[in-house]
Amino acid sequence: MTEAVKDPPPGMVERRGAGLWVSHAIMMFGVLIVFFPIWLAFVASTVTQPEITNPPMPLWPGDQFLVNYGKALGSGVNVPVATMLVNSMIMAIGIAVGKIVISLLSAFAIVYFRFPGKMVFFWLIFLTLMLPVEVRIVPTYEVIAGFGMLNSYGGLILPLIASATATFLFRQFYMTVPDELAEAARVDGASPMRFFIDVLFPMSRTNIAALFVILFIYGWNQYLWPLLITTDPSMNTIVMGIKQMFPSGDDIADWPVIMATSILAMIPPVIVVISMQKLFVRGLVDSEK
Amino acid sequence: MEKRVTFKGWLLPLCLIAPQVVISAIFFFYPAGQAIWQSLFIPDPFGLSMQYVGLGNFEFLLSDPYYRASFLTTAIFSTLVTLVSMVPALFLAVVADRLIKGAGTYRTLLIWPYAVAPAIAGVLWLFMFNTRVGVVSWYLGNLGYDWNHVLNDTEAMGLVVVASAWGRISYNFLFFFAALQAVPKSVIEAAAIDGARFWRRFWTIVLPLLSPTTFFLLVVNIVYAFFETFGVIHTITSGGPQQATTILVYKVFSDGFVGQDLGSSAAQSVILLVVVGALTVFQFKFIERRVHY
Amino acid sequence: MATVDLKAVKKRFGSTEVIHGVSTSIADGEFIVIVGPSGCGKSTLLRMVAGLESVSEGEVSIGGKRVNELEPMDRDIAMVFQNYALYPHMSVRQNMGYGLKIAKLPKAEIDRKVDDAAKLLQLEPYLDRRPRDLSGGQRQRVAMGRAIVRQPKVFLFDEPLSNLDAKLRVQMRLEIRDLQNRLGITALYVTHDQVEAMTMADRMIVMNAGRAEQIGTPLEVYERPQTLFAAQFIGSPSMNVLDGVAADGSLSIGDSSLPLHSRLSGPVTVGIRPEHVIPDAEGPLAMTVQMGEPLGANTLLHGRMAGRSDAFTVSLAGVHHAVAGETLRFGVDPANLPFFDPKTGQRIEAEA
Repeated sequence: MTEAVKDPPPGMVERRGAGLWVSHAIMMFGVLIVFFPIWLAFVASTVTQPEITNPPMPLWPGDQFLVNYGKALGSGVNVPVATMLVNSMIMAIGIAVGKIVISLLSAFAIVYFRFPGKMVFFWLIFLTLMLPVEVRIVPTYEVIAGFGMLNSYGGLILPLIASATATFLFRQFYMTVPDELAEAARVDGASPMRFFIDVLFPMSRTNIAALFVILFIYGWNQYLWPLLITTDPSMNTIVMGIKQMFPSGDDIADWPVIMATSILAMIPPVIVVISMQKLFVRGLVDSEK
Repeated sequence: MEKRVTFKGWLLPLCLIAPQVVISAIFFFYPAGQAIWQSLFIPDPFGLSMQYVGLGNFEFLLSDPYYRASFLTTAIFSTLVTLVSMVPALFLAVVADRLIKGAGTYRTLLIWPYAVAPAIAGVLWLFMFNTRVGVVSWYLGNLGYDWNHVLNDTEAMGLVVVASAWGRISYNFLFFFAALQAVPKSVIEAAAIDGARFWRRFWTIVLPLLSPTTFFLLVVNIVYAFFETFGVIHTITSGGPQQATTILVYKVFSDGFVGQDLGSSAAQSVILLVVVGALTVFQFKFIERRVHY
Repeated sequence: MATVDLKAVKKRFGSTEVIHGVSTSIADGEFIVIVGPSGCGKSTLLRMVAGLESVSEGEVSIGGKRVNELEPMDRDIAMVFQNYALYPHMSVRQNMGYGLKIAKLPKAEIDRKVDDAAKLLQLEPYLDRRPRDLSGGQRQRVAMGRAIVRQPKVFLFDEPLSNLDAKLRVQMRLEIRDLQNRLGITALYVTHDQVEAMTMADRMIVMNAGRAEQIGTPLEVYERPQTLFAAQFIGSPSMNVLDGVAADGSLSIGDSSLPLHSRLSGPVTVGIRPEHVIPDAEGPLAMTVQMGEPLGANTLLHGRMAGRSDAFTVSLAGVHHAVAGETLRFGVDPANLPFFDPKTGQRIEAEA
């Protein structure tokens, strides 16, 4: 290895000068800037309220970690954060699983069958690609209210399942599956559902995992929709619940608890993204392009 | 569109496609239809009956100075969010691409904010710039700058833009970085032999080759700024001060739920629907025409 | 127009050495082909001359001047890449003129030079097209054009023909050689195709596992291979190799014995080119034919040495109807035979 040190840098011969170090410095600076808000939130979640309300607050964590997080999880402001975490988890997983299941099935129907009205259905689904829930909130709210689904998991989950991205992703993927597989299945006398369960589903596993990461984050980070339909604090999700923790009027917000809640709200999606980074990047590129 | 080899039968595929169609119909087409229908009516003052007004709601909206202001606000906001999230991301991606080692570590660190919900991002940035306890606003105050986004339009806009763009830097970085890695090495080498130094290569070769990615991100970020930044605005400014940060989606919400003006809110939904449709069509057309070299 | 000198050039990636010291001097205007199997380091060597890879040890000079530390753009070279590396967003004209534009030549002069090069390469009708609208052969010409317009001191070619179909490849070989002759520019050309190397090279560098096995004209390498590797790599079909023991003016290979004109002794490896076999019912060697390959002008017979497992191939002029199982007796001219040390693979000079 000592030999390698005296070698000129690999790659193109270029007058880089201090270029490499400057590049590292720039990247570190970028990471610091991008990270600073999260760091500050973490620090705030480990100090006392007076330390924050007498600015400037410290930039290094204090010793109130257990106190603040215990208070947040156990009692919160309106409702224990633990309850909100459970709600968020159910909503995020419900949306991810729901979308994946209905999309797997509908993509299978579109790619592997010929049936009356297929093109109409295809275009109907295609249209839903274009419209975020934010645009149709009032009438959708009325539908949910009409079904008596306010303050229910069904009301939180179902309207957000109606989107076509996942269907298109699976359709794209099925199109790349060799025709010979379906031919072989037909020759073997396997029913379409057998083929789906034994061949197509196992082959889609990577795509399903990648999509799950993206949809989980999509569901977890929903804000406007839960804000509208959960009037009962015990149904609040954590992302929308934080805003409810700010007092109205001139009272001073309980910053350490709010910041502890913010950190708790970040942890699940961050874990999912970091631990499944490769899948996630692939999923992003696939589903958006 | 479909496989050469297909299975027979029509009942099974209809059953397979039914869940998606039913859910889309109930939670998508019916509400969208309702939005269009409601946009043609105004409720009477007691909310007992609806009066048909044709395109009246639209005419009113388009002549309403508040709505026009909101349009302009949205345009400024989404332009700024797109710029502030794309330019630093591209810069960081270019720098990371030059590194021989460590780019992966930086990527892992930079991914974090993407996982943070816009609403949480709003809370974090609000905390930093809070007029009473914010660290950044306190230091700005020490430097003689009196930060107050609660009263100052420009500062409010600046804060929601930065808070909205923050998480998107991660997202854009991922795409730019992947695209940079996909630029054929030999093309860069050919340019180096032709005499182009790093930045010249960047402007004349790399950037043009990135244009499909850049364009894609442009559309995606505009759509994001239009529709997904509600949480940021709601947590930081609630559209204020004096509607200075009321973007169109926020106005649909505040007119519909806070102001209970259903006809106007529905008409606004329809206008947004047209905007998304146009953006989508534009994207598809453009991608077809120009993207692949 | 310049000489190129390599002095004990080495390349390391981290602690792995991939080129173990190559030295040669290339004369002004010479066409040198670097040939070898994939992974032998031939492209790395070329890229070091280009400045696309740094030199770990040793010296590269162009026109008598050390260039190790010079950036690619300052070495006055032009390179044609295997995948052509055309700028996909520029027209053919812009592709060819890019380097001149960077060199801040006046527009009129750029146009004139590009037009001249386009004329030379019959690219005039395509000047306004983008690379994606061209065929493989046309793209190849554009890459050539981009190299020509700058009138560099040295041309570097990195397997430029490997993406073309066989017919076009043969035609382009001649064109490249002809062009280089006319322009008189020194050229280094990398290929894995030994026929390409034989037909194009003034001299060739046969590389294997990071070493130059032999440097010489194609005929020198063919007639007097310096190593077992060079002997087997150059020539088609490949040279037959047999292990034997030399003693008292003869070489015994299994049961057969071959008279020698030299005083070799001990174990040696002998190389016999398929086309040097002389069929002779009284000959000292014999093979059992397994398969015949009639090629029209000549016939290849594949089989094994009688009583041994060594594969052996014979090339006979004209048509020869072979029957599987048939025994072919033959002799060779002992004066033609190269001998190699079985351990090192180095040629043993057989003193008469």
